[in-house]
Amino acid sequence: MASNKALTQPAAVRDPMEPHPFVIERFYRETTDTFSLHLESADPLFTLNFKPGQFNMVYVFGVGEVPISISSDPGNPKVLIHTTREVGVVTRAMHKLKVGQMVGLRGPYGTSWPIDEAKLHDVVLVAGGIGLAPLRPCLYHILAHREQYGRVVLLYGTRSPEDIIFVKELGKWRSLFDLDVLITVDRATEDWRGVVGVVTRLIPRAPFDPGETVAMVCGPEIMMRFSVQELIQRGVPIDNIYVSLERNMKCGVGHCGHCQLRGEFVCKDGPVYRYSKIEPLFNEREL
Amino acid sequence: MTDLEPIIAENPFFRDFSKEHIAEFVGCAKNVAFQNGEHIFREGGPASFFYIVRHGSVALDVFIPGKGPVTILTIEPGEPIGWSWLIPPHKWHFDARCIGTVRALALDGNCLKAKCENDPEFGYRLMSRITQIMEGRLTATIIQMLDIYGKQ
Amino acid sequence: MNKHGKQILAPDRLQTMLDALSSRGYEILGPTVRDGAILYDRIASVANLPVGCTERQEKGTYRLAKRSDDALFSYVMGANSWKRFLHVPERRLMRAEKEGNRFTMAPDNEPAPMYAFFGMRSCEIHALDLMDRVLLKGPYVDQGYKARREGIFIVAVNCAQPGGTCFCVSMNTGPKALQGFDICLTELMGGQHRLLVEAGSDRGEEILSELPAEPATQADLDAADRLMRDASGHMGRKLDAEGLKDALYAASNHSHWEEIAQRCLCCGNCTLVCPTCFCTTVVDKTDITGEKAERWRRWDSCFSQEFSCIHGGSVRLSAMSRYRQWLTHKLASWNDQFGDPGCVGCGRCITWCPVGIDLTEEVQALRVADQSQKGGSA
Repeated sequence: MASNKALTQPAAVRDPMEPHPFVIERFYRETTDTFSLHLESADPLFTLNFKPGQFNMVYVFGVGEVPISISSDPGNPKVLIHTTREVGVVTRAMHKLKVGQMVGLRGPYGTSWPIDEAKLHDVVLVAGGIGLAPLRPCLYHILAHREQYGRVVLLYGTRSPEDIIFVKELGKWRSLFDLDVLITVDRATEDWRGVVGVVTRLIPRAPFDPGETVAMVCGPEIMMRFSVQELIQRGVPIDNIYVSLERNMKCGVGHCGHCQLRGEFVCKDGPVYRYSKIEPLFNEREL
Repeated sequence: MTDLEPIIAENPFFRDFSKEHIAEFVGCAKNVAFQNGEHIFREGGPASFFYIVRHGSVALDVFIPGKGPVTILTIEPGEPIGWSWLIPPHKWHFDARCIGTVRALALDGNCLKAKCENDPEFGYRLMSRITQIMEGRLTATIIQMLDIYGKQ
Repeated sequence: MNKHGKQILAPDRLQTMLDALSSRGYEILGPTVRDGAILYDRIASVANLPVGCTERQEKGTYRLAKRSDDALFSYVMGANSWKRFLHVPERRLMRAEKEGNRFTMAPDNEPAPMYAFFGMRSCEIHALDLMDRVLLKGPYVDQGYKARREGIFIVAVNCAQPGGTCFCVSMNTGPKALQGFDICLTELMGGQHRLLVEAGSDRGEEILSELPAEPATQADLDAADRLMRDASGHMGRKLDAEGLKDALYAASNHSHWEEIAQRCLCCGNCTLVCPTCFCTTVVDKTDITGEKAERWRRWDSCFSQEFSCIHGGSVRLSAMSRYRQWLTHKLASWNDQFGDPGCVGCGRCITWCPVGIDLTEEVQALRVADQSQKGGSA
């Protein structure tokens, strides 16, 4: 039996480039161009434990591999969810996969959101578009340990109401008394009864105590830039602001060189950074 | 009649104004209320008032032929609506539609303009405040225009 | 270690060293003439070495030349660096095969050859150490590199004749090999042609004990010292490495980058010949039935636009930003990442640049305060 063999043979040193087999247990379409894959390890003895904000390299047979953040509950690592948008060759192929088919996973890689540092603080999560996906594990963790945190606010901006991901869950979160969820869209038609405007506009009036707040921001780089400015303006200490960066990645382990941002290997030194640490790099062009 | 002074004084829009200047605003202000779906004003209509939302939210819509009204911004409590009262030809560029019950302060544009003429310091402070709002809206519009979440 | 001390070996007995290595199962790689250049490749005998050869290197220029004697090591180094044997240009990472809905994945664990690197220069030993820091010393270990790297036997050669584009003295990486070798050779040409040999490891000591060598005299040692002093004073290039990291970071918006970009072809030659450039990409293939797939890792270059592509496009669109990335990485951010600059002063990037871009000159220009920078930092 395969599992017996694995137990009796000494574990060979695994090359960091070797994926683990995972099976698609559920495929869920979030919006017209984003989808979530629910994955379980093909090897029942293997569990891929992760921290909120980390990512995996996801391999599609014969097509390639892409880094995708893990968007599921870190308290339940038996089911891993990857939410992504169809933007390239690999994600387009991924989108055609069916339940029961397989992908390869390597990971988890990278730094995570500061869930320990944020304890006893108010927490503000600012998400733009698909940037909500890497923040969702953080929210799961906070909700599971709600008593350890102060006020918790999720500010979420998308292009239009149709681009909102995790719709069902957002509804559930909105109904919680100890979580404030503010959603805004860039444009809407008359049937949208929510806020219209860029996500940065939510920051000045969100209910949190800026001096005692830890902020985590994830979305397109330009959205993060403006959001950070607004958070600082509101009085959030610059050292309490965290962002998650996106760079090209081929390996996830600091060997391929693609994700470099000056001295940083975003795959292992990031993707989550304390903003004050990378501020000079953040505003430099084409670095 | 309601005393508008405390209402104005605690509204974030007037935060940096002196007591004397608040009193000037009180002289031009009245309380107004609108129902869900009601329009505070329509595109092309005369812009004689300046509104500050106290409760509820107001959608600024642009009517696109063949598509209907598209909301480009919602105004939330504490925020002002419009500066067309200040700039000729004093006509609104958008529809302002109420989402839910809306209570607002309406300030008479002509009244405010007269006070600005008489008291240049008051005028300067009001213009500075409005410029700040305009700058914020402009930046937000630029980000919106970039369509940062969209496909490239 | 130095049980046998320094020895003298006659050049015509050098074959005994190669034989001792072969008999232990080493595959010997060393300098040899091919395609009009000195390259590192398989060698079986001393006759395969570039005997009586030398080369002239300048920016954008490389020419082989004949010497009037039978010198064995009177050139600088191979045009290709040793990196290609350890961090191979192309490596299959795994094979995958479809089985119904699923597929299996098998890593490619081909057995690693046992290499002897014959004729490694001091700068190249330093480059090897730098590559180790990238692929072995971090939180993740490149198993393919590790397997190839672990057993190598290194025969170093001290550089008596620096090339026109050499600047190892500036980078503190040569010309004399101080460590990291099993055996080190110094070729003495004045008077009788002879090789000064010393061991740097027990393995080296063992080989040395089998050679028909004699103890070196004080005169031999003095000659070798003189040779090294001389070589140090004859570097073809100089690079001011003092405070270079901060200087380059401060020069991030210097107008000179744009000037370099006018010349740079973004061909990536420099990254290919560089002994420390380690970047790779991954390529996926399937067979015609689509049932079998392979993943290959290949050398990549930060000079291509795709290198930094994210879904919104390339992060480094301009040639300026790509050259800046390469040079700043090599001479500045490498310090932040691995504790030292990623340049060993071998000069290959200067010699093999088709348009003759010389990083030592560019660094000099970047150190001069930018006149055209308006209102920038001083």
